[in-house]
Amino acid sequence: MPETPETNGALLTVEDLWVRFHTRTRIVEAVRGISFSVGREKVGIVGESGSGKTVTGRSILGLVRPPGVVTAKRMEFDGQDILNAPEKTMRAIRGDRISMVMQDPKFSLNPVMKVGDQIAEAYRVHSGGSARDAKRRALEMLEAVKIRDPERVYGTYPHEVSGGMGQRIMIAMMMSPDPDMIIADEPTSALDVTVQMQVLSILDDLVTERGLGLIFISHDLNLVSSFCDRVIIMYSGQIVETCRARDLNSATHPYTRGLLASLPRVDEPVNELAVLDRQASWETGEGVDAFHE
Amino acid sequence: MNDSGMDGLASSEAPPRIEARRLNVVFGEAEDRVHAVRDASFSVQAGETFGLVGESGSGKSTVLRAIAGLNRDWSGHLLIDGVEQKAERSLGSFKDVQMVFQDPFGSLHPRHTVDRVLAEPIAIHKLSGAEARILSILRDVGLGPEFRFRYPHQLSGGQRQRVAIARTLMLDPRILLLDEPTSALDVSVQAEILNLLKRLKKEHGFTFILVSHDLSVIAHMCDRLAVMNAGRIVEEMSIGQLRAQRFDHPYTRQLLSASLGYDREIARGLVTFD
Repeated sequence: MPETPETNGALLTVEDLWVRFHTRTRIVEAVRGISFSVGREKVGIVGESGSGKTVTGRSILGLVRPPGVVTAKRMEFDGQDILNAPEKTMRAIRGDRISMVMQDPKFSLNPVMKVGDQIAEAYRVHSGGSARDAKRRALEMLEAVKIRDPERVYGTYPHEVSGGMGQRIMIAMMMSPDPDMIIADEPTSALDVTVQMQVLSILDDLVTERGLGLIFISHDLNLVSSFCDRVIIMYSGQIVETCRARDLNSATHPYTRGLLASLPRVDEPVNELAVLDRQASWETGEGVDAFHE
Repeated sequence: MNDSGMDGLASSEAPPRIEARRLNVVFGEAEDRVHAVRDASFSVQAGETFGLVGESGSGKSTVLRAIAGLNRDWSGHLLIDGVEQKAERSLGSFKDVQMVFQDPFGSLHPRHTVDRVLAEPIAIHKLSGAEARILSILRDVGLGPEFRFRYPHQLSGGQRQRVAIARTLMLDPRILLLDEPTSALDVSVQAEILNLLKRLKKEHGFTFILVSHDLSVIAHMCDRLAVMNAGRIVEEMSIGQLRAQRFDHPYTRQLLSASLGYDREIARGLVTFD
């Protein structure tokens, strides 16, 4: 590892992050010494199931619980240490400055509370405003995520809204305390393609207008390369490659190349899809750093 | 679509392997009434792979379940090899039409070994030769004999889907109905399963109906496709027409552009069709 890199404009800097899970019989290394930083940009973390992408997102927020153990040389958010921060500090950061959008709104919203009240609650917890302020803010946020009839949607329960609507409500809730960074873990994988695009355009606008940092965790290479500014490719707990999103098609690591080749394409018909020939060296090799410029 | 003279008796040409004429499926009554499939008509020739593409709630899986005989509440006409199917099926008719489901975690009994999963259809249909068949079919789907006595939790998602495919092969069917067979899998595993399905089709001469929300999967696998929206088939075309973008319905265009990745301008212009 070279000397500590400059954090020019980085919101989040992570250096040599390890996440280990201690089980009865062995230690599972979910994340193995990754280093990256994120500025006010859209960074995609791509990988297959089990590559460590979700655990990376969760460890930033201090959400990895025992038997999971998080270690790192450095983990800083906006100049503040978030690796050894006490729970009280983390609570002030979580939701307020960094918030998270999860995959399935069905499991992330409280089923017995009106969605508007949930958004208002998220706002009040972090800003301490009055109930009236919170309601006004919630309605504003529902409008910001392009919900046509905010007053009506405010009074609905989660089971009464569609998946796409639910995810927009989640985004409204996460944006209401005005965070600096959003970690979105497969935020649109449970949605239909056209709804997915609509939700992404909302997220895109919010991130661009407010100048946020976004970590977009996904298994979908196509989506990440077309949506993000920068891509981090994870395999077996390491970063094997990183590049500008628009350059993903000229990626060089055999794993990235293999993943791209295994995708069927409407515009490029093939008889047989390429199958990944996994090499042991991808796992044992050194990972790369993904600091932003 | 040819709606006339397909009796299969007088006609000199072989009837289509599968034909649906004005298929309707309605769930519930009064205010809970959902008209899930509306007047769907299409035909699939023997040996063809036919795709049904659409978003959730478009009725594509419901069409498949009606053909499989899993849903009895349909009206209209369903013909297999020119023979009119009744809502109530005989045991024998299930033998010809088998289905692969989306979720390999949900479609295998968690407490049954692979061996028991594969032996069950043979037992139900009172056939013999389970032993030899299990071994040869496991090989056919790319699983070694060491997988025979494993439980689903000892298998990866891709291996489970191979077992689910093996189960459909046990009865030597002619038609395989594939309901989003790879949408729960990683892309590299998806490629393996799609390759396997293509190979099996070539070797056994199956007729496939593939349901997917992913236009690129449909384009890779199918000869023709129908686009469904809100219970209706809005358009039918060949894969060549899809690739050349020779289609009419704006909904098809929307699905196609969404499958090519995110585009800020296009995403803003998306509309809902009813």
